[in-house]
Amino acid sequence: MDSLRLRLDFVDYVLIFLYFATVLGVGFAARRSIRTSVDFFLSGRSLPAWVTGLAFVSANLGALEIMGMAANGAQYGIMTTHYYWIGAVPAMVFLGIVMMPFYYGSRVRSVPEYLRLRFNHPTHLLNAITFAVAQMLIAGVNLYALALVMQALLGWPLWTSIMLGAAIVLAYITVGGLSSAIYNEVLQFFVILAGLIPIVVVGLVKVGGIDGLFDKVRDTALGEPGLHAWADTGSTDNPLGAHWFGIVFGLGFVLSFGYWTTNFAEVQRALSAKNMSAARRTPIIAAYPKMFIPLLTIIPGLIALVTIDGLGAESGDLQYNNAIPLLMRDLLPNGVLGVAVTGLLASFMAGMAANVSGFNTVFTYDIWQTYIRKDRPDDYYIRVGRIATIAGVCVGIGTAFIAAGFSNIMNYIQALFSVFNAPLFATFIIGMFWKRMSPLAGFWSLLAGTVVALGTYLLYLADVLKFNSDLSESFWGAGLAFVTVAIVAIVVTPATRPRPDEDLQGLVYGTADVGELDAADRVWWRNPVLLGLVAVVLSFLFYIPVW
Amino acid sequence: MADDEFVSESLDEERRSAAARLFDVRRVIGGLFVVYGVIVTIIGLLDTESELDKAQGVRINLWTGLGMLALGALFLLWQWLRPAEAPPPPAADDPGPPGAH
Repeated sequence: MDSLRLRLDFVDYVLIFLYFATVLGVGFAARRSIRTSVDFFLSGRSLPAWVTGLAFVSANLGALEIMGMAANGAQYGIMTTHYYWIGAVPAMVFLGIVMMPFYYGSRVRSVPEYLRLRFNHPTHLLNAITFAVAQMLIAGVNLYALALVMQALLGWPLWTSIMLGAAIVLAYITVGGLSSAIYNEVLQFFVILAGLIPIVVVGLVKVGGIDGLFDKVRDTALGEPGLHAWADTGSTDNPLGAHWFGIVFGLGFVLSFGYWTTNFAEVQRALSAKNMSAARRTPIIAAYPKMFIPLLTIIPGLIALVTIDGLGAESGDLQYNNAIPLLMRDLLPNGVLGVAVTGLLASFMAGMAANVSGFNTVFTYDIWQTYIRKDRPDDYYIRVGRIATIAGVCVGIGTAFIAAGFSNIMNYIQALFSVFNAPLFATFIIGMFWKRMSPLAGFWSLLAGTVVALGTYLLYLADVLKFNSDLSESFWGAGLAFVTVAIVAIVVTPATRPRPDEDLQGLVYGTADVGELDAADRVWWRNPVLLGLVAVVLSFLFYIPVW
Repeated sequence: MADDEFVSESLDEERRSAAARLFDVRRVIGGLFVVYGVIVTIIGLLDTESELDKAQGVRINLWTGLGMLALGALFLLWQWLRPAEAPPPPAADDPGPPGAH
């Protein structure tokens, strides 16, 4: 009974097969809507806000995220809600209210392209290359994680899952471009919910509802501190080992703003929206489901903690990371079990597809078109995008096999790329609000900030610098990088020439009316500021019962 | 807006976009969930004692099946009542975002 293997029957496989067939069908059906490169890379900027909003949340709802947050729930308890209510919602709202007018209003086609217009080519190239490389490697990590789970759950050999997962994502993105990635993300969102909700329902019945669950958690090693979000954060003597200051500024500000506001794999969904109003509402609409996802990750984590003996082993099937698969094994009969496995597969593909579609766009527009082949007809760039997709997926497959050989590599790759976010965010936010900041200051700030973040991380790995935990290393690394960017910008700017005002129209605060909405969108229920503030207030109110 | 050759080109491309030919995603979600709903509801009706025991006595297949059926039907109904409006063709006098020319 201790094996993770699930007993799927014929119907479960029918459900899985139907899903894959639909995903591929969406890809082929989306093909006829592609005439220009903007259709291929940005869905022709035509999608309604609810579609881009759900794709925005789904692109982040990869299986690594779901299983990882359930694991955190089992290990740290309710403090894991910080990753959602303070560590995601405010940053998503900030992106929609403050930053999207510049991104969408300047009509840039990618996040790196904003840097090219605001600063200069070196800043642009630095960011484009780090982003492109990161997305390929992370796609590989996703693929390897998918293969590991499929091996444990269904007994499929690693290479089968790697090739099958890669082939499906490759097929629907190469053929249908971003439209097919986004449509499939919306579909995945609902399939993931349909797979997770039954686990929560049956699990809660088993432990006697929320009250029964909390009573049982009090009897575990995690105990009462595992049921509070803020109560013990005056010191670091709490399950997460984090002080409230670190949670608010490290997680809530530097780390989460870095991830949500500059990660093109996310922002791309908003750039494909049909108008300014829809683009600004994209991350805000995404914030609403995001604030409820703890119910589907942290609650199952706690259920697993109290119902599965020995959960939390260092290795083997009983690691925290397997909380959700273990509950699927114990609680779901055939039928919903097939839906849940489909949901898990869907979430792996959602994560990988977001990486791949972000990669092919940045590679084609920001590297190939800008620096290598400039004046070709538009069709040419669609072809480059398709070839880049194939090449990117192949690198991903290679990464997956390397990760299979050295399993620790996976954690390093993920941690490594998170260090690029904080300096990037700092460069963006200063550049957006300080018109005088010069192009050279942009380049040197970004470079210096990245070197500091990377250096802190490497010195921590080499044991030269000591921190309480990985989490506190990432708070400090991100914070130091942020400060470095600000200092370099202040020092370099006075000594160098700024960009002339006319170059900065629509890119910098105070230059032009950005974010102006169409008359039809000036109704209160489409107002990004109002919707955004309600989201932030709601997510803070959620803290009250679990203070 | 900054005057940039790539950005201006992309604005021209948006004018000849074929994105209006993209099908409605509500039909796909509705279709898949209706099919899923029917299959899982039928399994739920046929569930035996041992399956019910595994799910703590909850008729989880039946309820999930009916839930998915309802969600699928809602999407189809939504699409039927409010079909996607074709986006207005970009008019020749559409100035685009300020400074685009």
